[in-house]
Amino acid sequence: MLEVRDLGVWFGDRQVVGVDALDLDKGQTVGIVGETGSGKSMTAYAIAGLAPGMGARVEGSVKLDGRELIGLSDGALRDIRGRRIAMIFQAPISSLNPVFRVGDVFLRALRLHGASKANARERAAEAMRSVALSPDLLHRYPHQLSGGQAQRVAIAMAVALRAEVLIADEPTSALDVTVQAEILDVLEKLQAEESLAMLFISHDLAVVSGICDTVAIMYDGEVVERGPVSETLHHPSHPYTRELLAAVPRLTTPEAPDA
Amino acid sequence: MLEVRDLVVRYGPVVAVDGVTLGVPAGPAGLGLVGESGSGKTTIGRAIVRLTEPASGEVTVDGLNAFNAKRGDLKAYRKSVQIVFQDPDSTLDPRMRVGPAITEALRAHAVVERSAWPDRVTELLTAVGLQAEHADRLPHQLSGGQRQRVAIARALAVEPRLIVLDEPTSALDVTVQARVLELIAGLREERSLAYLLISHNLAVVEHLCEQVAVLYLGQVVEQGEAARVLTRPVHPYTRALRTAVPELSETLPAPATKRAEPPNPADPPPGCRFHPRCPLAVDRCRSERPLPREVGGRLVACHRAEDSLAETRG
Repeated sequence: MLEVRDLGVWFGDRQVVGVDALDLDKGQTVGIVGETGSGKSMTAYAIAGLAPGMGARVEGSVKLDGRELIGLSDGALRDIRGRRIAMIFQAPISSLNPVFRVGDVFLRALRLHGASKANARERAAEAMRSVALSPDLLHRYPHQLSGGQAQRVAIAMAVALRAEVLIADEPTSALDVTVQAEILDVLEKLQAEESLAMLFISHDLAVVSGICDTVAIMYDGEVVERGPVSETLHHPSHPYTRELLAAVPRLTTPEAPDA
Repeated sequence: MLEVRDLVVRYGPVVAVDGVTLGVPAGPAGLGLVGESGSGKTTIGRAIVRLTEPASGEVTVDGLNAFNAKRGDLKAYRKSVQIVFQDPDSTLDPRMRVGPAITEALRAHAVVERSAWPDRVTELLTAVGLQAEHADRLPHQLSGGQRQRVAIARALAVEPRLIVLDEPTSALDVTVQARVLELIAGLREERSLAYLLISHNLAVVEHLCEQVAVLYLGQVVEQGEAARVLTRPVHPYTRALRTAVPELSETLPAPATKRAEPPNPADPPPGCRFHPRCPLAVDRCRSERPLPREVGGRLVACHRAEDSLAETRG
């Protein structure tokens, strides 16, 4: 459904991303893992059409169901981004306007994409329930939400707009680990129920390996290894992947009950 | 060596630390403080280095009292504890080169004679895995990992009895983190370091500490040997925390707490503060605060500790 070929992102003379190929199918989750400066987030921004707005030059091809997105006008892109491709970020609160109640943000987005007022209300409430939030939270202002709630709201927005592709950039990296577990659970269920195609960007190999089917490891702007999660975890082929795996601090797992 | 007794810290109406008692023996020794945002772990670290004034309670290092000290003792106290923060940029002056930044610490506490400063700077840089040349660099000419090494070198410069490490590797990439953790483990043995390691990462604490205290909303809920507490936690909150850690596997951790509105630290739940999220909560938990008691070879503040322990033994 999403086909990326020879994607290059440049800032002036400096190339920050050079991804030869990345494919994402309906109902599939692909992870991109890398450290600071690996180009993982910029790859996501380029796919979502946000990179040019950041002053980057984007080359290559990003096709959504065969339609080329690179070089589309801002207007055409905005329509696709709002409706078909949704993006969530590490700091969910930053994507919510602080002066509007959560519900108003939903209504504006839905009405912009052609829903009637009554229908928009209904879809907002339904979307909130799908991420296990009470629709009552629609009356709150963003600062009245916890970090976990704000990220659920951002996800609910993607659900309400019936996005087909969800690009998640470090969506749980700012959250406490118990809240992270809840958000990952929500994403995994949604992905299965709505057949979302999800691109999940993270520095955390453990999180990615849990939620993704396939993973791409990025280093210095390039994908150095890609494959099914189990293959990458158990038979890493690139030395950098092996270094990354070895560096993850691990907890001792209890084997047998102690006496 | 470090003794924290019944520490209470208030920020306005919020009781950030509510009666915490902990201790760290003389080095080499590490006590890990774990807990999520708002648990009070950073506030405890700040109180130990006198960056935050407690409402009540006592903090002593080798008998020196942090808050009721005479002037001379206060200087000695300041020299005996140092802190390393998550973000080294918050402590390094962007316009000061590494050498002078370390020298400043040597001078402030008159650690060695002036003539020995340059050699001591080189020695400290080498100890943290940097080279003598790094003394001429400005902070922005160093990587994040190198800047954290400089912050550690500067803390070591005054030969403290105790170092508070507040999320020292949380801002670093995982491969860089691995090397800084290795450095801390090495320094600990070479220099008989004692430290309080504040971290949200249970695995990091398990690797560097023999003791651990788990905090929830300003109170210690479980405390004991790190290997025991983190591998076989008894308190339902520690169990939830442990379960939620994602592992390098193809399955996700299942959420282990009951879904509830996040607690309001200004108005914490009565009884056991964890009860709204606790899968084992009974009526007593809603009204009576559980006091720490020994269950399963560690201190646990939970009315249902025995039942929880039985569950973990399957």
